[in-house]
Amino acid sequence: MTRKQRRLTIIGGALFVLAVAAGLVLNALRDSIVFFSTPTMVAEKHVPPGKRFRLGGLVQPGSLKRGADLAVSFEVADGGAKLPVAYKGILPDLFREGQGVVAEGALDASGVFKADTVLAKHDETYMPKEVADSLKKQGHWKDDYGKPQAGAKPGPVSMREGEKTAAGATQ
Amino acid sequence: MIAESGHYALVLALALALIQSTVPMLGAAQRDVALMNVGRSAALAQLLFAGLSFIALITLHVTSDFSVANVFENSHSMKPLLYKITGVWGNHEGSMLLWVSILALFGAMVALFGNNLPLSLRARVLAVQAWVAAAFYLFILTTSNPFARLANPPIEGRDLNPVLQDIGLAVHPPMLYLGYVGFSISFSFAIAALIEGRIDAAWARWVRPWTLMAWIFLTLGIAMGSYWAYYELGWGGWWFWDPVENASLMPWLAGTALLHSAVVMEKRNALKVWTILLSILTFSLSLLGTFLVRSGVITSVHAFASDPTRGVFILGILVLFIGGSLTLFAGRATALKQGGLFAPISREGALVLNNLLLTVSCATVLFGTLYPVIMEALDFKLSVGAPFYNLTFGPLFALLLLMVPFGPMLAWKRGDLVAAMQRLLAAGITALVAIAIAWAWARGGSALAPLGIGLGVFVITGAMVDLVERSGLARVPFKTALHRTRGLPRSVWGTAFAHAGLGIALLGIVCETTWNSELISTLHPGDVRNLAGYQIKFDGMTQRQGPNFAEVISTFVISEDGRQLAVMTPSKRSFATRGMSTTEAALMTRGVSQLYVSLGDTTADGGLAVRIYHKPLVLLIWFGPVLMAFGGLLSLSDRRLRVGAPQPARGLRAMQPAE
Repeated sequence: MTRKQRRLTIIGGALFVLAVAAGLVLNALRDSIVFFSTPTMVAEKHVPPGKRFRLGGLVQPGSLKRGADLAVSFEVADGGAKLPVAYKGILPDLFREGQGVVAEGALDASGVFKADTVLAKHDETYMPKEVADSLKKQGHWKDDYGKPQAGAKPGPVSMREGEKTAAGATQ
Repeated sequence: MIAESGHYALVLALALALIQSTVPMLGAAQRDVALMNVGRSAALAQLLFAGLSFIALITLHVTSDFSVANVFENSHSMKPLLYKITGVWGNHEGSMLLWVSILALFGAMVALFGNNLPLSLRARVLAVQAWVAAAFYLFILTTSNPFARLANPPIEGRDLNPVLQDIGLAVHPPMLYLGYVGFSISFSFAIAALIEGRIDAAWARWVRPWTLMAWIFLTLGIAMGSYWAYYELGWGGWWFWDPVENASLMPWLAGTALLHSAVVMEKRNALKVWTILLSILTFSLSLLGTFLVRSGVITSVHAFASDPTRGVFILGILVLFIGGSLTLFAGRATALKQGGLFAPISREGALVLNNLLLTVSCATVLFGTLYPVIMEALDFKLSVGAPFYNLTFGPLFALLLLMVPFGPMLAWKRGDLVAAMQRLLAAGITALVAIAIAWAWARGGSALAPLGIGLGVFVITGAMVDLVERSGLARVPFKTALHRTRGLPRSVWGTAFAHAGLGIALLGIVCETTWNSELISTLHPGDVRNLAGYQIKFDGMTQRQGPNFAEVISTFVISEDGRQLAVMTPSKRSFATRGMSTTEAALMTRGVSQLYVSLGDTTADGGLAVRIYHKPLVLLIWFGPVLMAFGGLLSLSDRRLRVGAPQPARGLRAMQPAE
């Protein structure tokens, strides 16, 4: 092999690995990304049953019902619309009616949001950023919801955040 | 007084860093020995003052001086002493002070142990190190002063976030920073080499121990953080693909690639330009990590403090250093002389493949971390979680692991793939047997788990085969082989341990994710539940008052076949000062598997919601990295790498460009 051929082999190999990685990323982007939605957005967009998304809003006061064997149901509201949520498992330490919540799961055929993960707000002065932003947009922001943390740019609530500080519940 | 002294010490450290960043550089350009030596004393003095400043902040926290804003916001007079100390870096200002103190420590270490370096190289390395330091001193002094006083000192502090009141905070951040910041040295060496315009195998020899040391700390830091999250969060997860975790994983991946490419450069004088680029990229990723965590771009548990001015400042540092170094690289790299030739099938070829896969898998992590931020700016809200990484990072890393045993089997320059395969035959057969056993035991199920186990076994036995081959155990009498084994260079042992550690971690990951069983239930005192062959009896609850919290302890008696094994006491702690509560999970370890009990709420009828997990082989996930770090340590103690060790005659010749 000449120097040139060897170099070409290495460059070819590198391009091949890069192409494989790009293919993997594009493939993963198609179905492993979870979008964030509020009850209003769900009502407007007609999200199909079974499509996973993150639902954010406030837990409607008086809507929390505990069933047998750790089954719970509650409603998530954002001022414009309400969406019933069903969940089975332990709710996070900081889950409370009237407070912010983010749940991950999908709608079932009857329009109930089946959550498999529930994240509650971070601490007494913080609410999930997605929830705060959408409430503000719709003019339902009240100061007593607490101040969202100011960042250079808003970022999405990560899994860890909810789970580490508020001990988010996973089924 | 202490606060003002600490602040003043920090200003002095900045002044010293400014001197250190210019004078030695000037000296190196003019070949003035006296000016070059200024770098050495400046680096040592800088450590002194940065250290004094750090000690001042610790003293303020220990003495609970609530007239200092940082202490007021993050401490409480009733807090145990350990958490008063660790609380120093449990907040933005303090953690940045730790960051620069460690940076100063590394600078001083180069100054102290860099006696074997050419004078001009040492001067330039120290200068570049000081550029980074100066930028961060400025950042702290202008945006995050930890010594700011309050006009009306309150009587009591606001306490540290309860989640952080744990021994994990004492170990995890300092360890992680020693790794993160440690890569600044290879960065400084790379920039110095580019300025110098001369780079050879000796450069790689000098840089490798520093890189290795940073890598060891980063490996342990990441593993430690993962274990901390596992037992503290209360739901048994150990890796979340959280941006903050990714921020530490990315420099680790790039740093691992750098370690391997530096070997090629040292042994074969090849891949020089690439190694320089990797040194720059690794530290750039460390800086990016600091930016992600500290700016609040991605609000996350570690990003307790955030403020746009800070974000913009760190972004400025990021752009300046990454942009500047890459520009310098683009300008100078072509001038560097290209090194040795090698065939694609060779040790070098294998290491190139290793580098490719490591950097590309690092790129997928980078993409997954930044994609939501970019989309957020375009007003799409989405989250990238484990499924994304399982589909991208997963296959790439699996491919890398498959290649790992082949690398050490191939000769330098021109390897024989068939011979390597023959030597790995035993490892391959062992792996196939493991797959068959795992598949039969799991009775069908997903094919992925047995394959994962087979891959782990292949990597482990492959590492052992390498040692056996080198000792000639199969060919020569046992005694000779034993003697040879003892005589093997420590770096060979290090490689074997590090590679085996990868396989062991993989075994733990596969077993835990596949056969982890859990039970969520509401229990009343006296109730018994069964999980994974254990009987778990809930005995009741007791109350206890801790130093700064009230605690409700639940007692569980664990038995197996009627024999009592252990009493587990998970608890709920409520911290009055912050109005927060935490869940302390209880763990029972048997072998390398664990039983994990965590608590939920009490129900209206006096029941207690409980989560119980059985996690088979879960401890292997962290034993693997510990073994990897141990391998790194062995390699670091190899006489070939020991800094300042007397070199044999052969070594002297290697100081010249090899061949």
